Amino acid sequence: MIEIDVVKRIKTASGEVDMHAKVDIEKGGFCSLFGKSGAGKTTIMRLLAGLTDPDDGVIKISGKTWYDKKNKINIPVNRRKCGFVFQDYALFPNMTVRRNVDYASVNKSNVDILIDMVGMTELKDRKPATLSGGQRQRVALARALAAEPEILLLDEPFAALDADMRNTLQNELKTIHDTLGVTTILVSHDKGEVFKLANKVYVLDDGVITNVGSPEEVFTDNTISGKFKFTGRVLKVEKADCLYILTLSIGTEVGHVVATHSEAHDLAAGDRVLVYTKAFNPSVRKI
Amino acid sequence: MRELLSPLILTFELAAVTTFLLAVTAIPFAYWLSSVNFRGKSIVESITGLPIVLPPSVLGFYLLVFMGPHGPLGSILEEFNIRLVFTFEGLVLASVIYSLPFMVQPVQAGFEALPVSLKEASYTLGKSKFQTFFRVVLPNIKPSLITGIVLSFAHTVGEFGVVLMIGGSIPDQTRVASIAIYDQVEAMNYGTAHFYSAVLFVLAFLVLVTVNMVNRKISGKTI
Repeated sequence: MIEIDVVKRIKTASGEVDMHAKVDIEKGGFCSLFGKSGAGKTTIMRLLAGLTDPDDGVIKISGKTWYDKKNKINIPVNRRKCGFVFQDYALFPNMTVRRNVDYASVNKSNVDILIDMVGMTELKDRKPATLSGGQRQRVALARALAAEPEILLLDEPFAALDADMRNTLQNELKTIHDTLGVTTILVSHDKGEVFKLANKVYVLDDGVITNVGSPEEVFTDNTISGKFKFTGRVLKVEKADCLYILTLSIGTEVGHVVATHSEAHDLAAGDRVLVYTKAFNPSVRKI
Repeated sequence: MRELLSPLILTFELAAVTTFLLAVTAIPFAYWLSSVNFRGKSIVESITGLPIVLPPSVLGFYLLVFMGPHGPLGSILEEFNIRLVFTFEGLVLASVIYSLPFMVQPVQAGFEALPVSLKEASYTLGKSKFQTFFRVVLPNIKPSLITGIVLSFAHTVGEFGVVLMIGGSIPDQTRVASIAIYDQVEAMNYGTAHFYSAVLFVLAFLVLVTVNMVNRKISGKTI
């Protein structure tokens, strides 16, 4: 259980504001901080990891206090057990893939298992400078996990990758999270990514949490009273006479949906969509 | 032969001791400078960099006054029967001060160019500041360290004004190669002067070639 209740003065797009972050995350959960650049997402992660000090407040992890302004408690970064995957990956250039992971490892026998888990065994003797973005990302993840963190913090880890690589790595991250069950917080500004990975999302705007809930609750339009609704990804948009045929991937299935011009004109492959229908349901009322 | 080689040996002894002392003191100092921000930091940096712009004789003169038997430091040391002027130890102290910016500036620039996230990543992986410094920070600024060490060494080999003021020209004590060259020219012994000069010339060239090759190798370019 992670309880964060802190105040920090931050600079946002609309000037300096006092960010008041109150976040509760269950142990083993996958939570996402969603919002525009400069909304304070990364700051919350840095406060949690101890890389930035809050101005006031309390941070508690599983009953242990990491930060308490009033009682002057501030556990240093290196004793907090927060695995942090940085946006630029921050791999140590002087070490090979294996040594990067080994440097962080609490249990030396796990090093090769983790490298294997992220599919980097063949490249384990390479230096980071010779790796692609996706490969660096994998090493950074393996390295963070090697330190056996209580919380895994991912700061827009897929932002610099192309769509295919992002998709692959998202799936791998999901598998790793399901296997290891480490509490994970993901900073993201990609709704699709949040939908796919997180079970709870905090929406931030200028340092204020404006919405909390499951991705479904937060992102889908609640005014639609659909009897069944799914979220899917557009794979292809084809024009057929005066209509459009959308090829959608929903969960693990792929299907076709007919759409009108007004529905389909602003859709492109890769977009996230909500597919819903209203069942025809006659109502009876006494007259 | 011993007499002929003495100034060269003394020069390299002085340069080696000075460079070692600078590596031990100036690298942590440069790290501190790169990681703090305080009012008056530019003043501290200016004092550190002063030996670059100051005429060596000016620096030498003030060090002589400061370290001499009647100077603030010299008079205290005199109580302990330690004398710095016209001794090898005095030369070392003067050289450390004189070559300080040549170690501090490249190394500080190296520290500052290193992404902060590397240090932060090491901390989040449970490593102490000490471990982070020796296993992540230092190995990743190798070119700057080599530059700092070589510049300090070469600069100490080449100093003249400060050495003359503090050390004079005592054989086997303070007569380093640059002073010996001057002495030999004054005595019209051009042959010996040529010998010392040629040795310094060739060594200086070899050192620079080696540094450039090492730095190009580290950054992965062709030699």
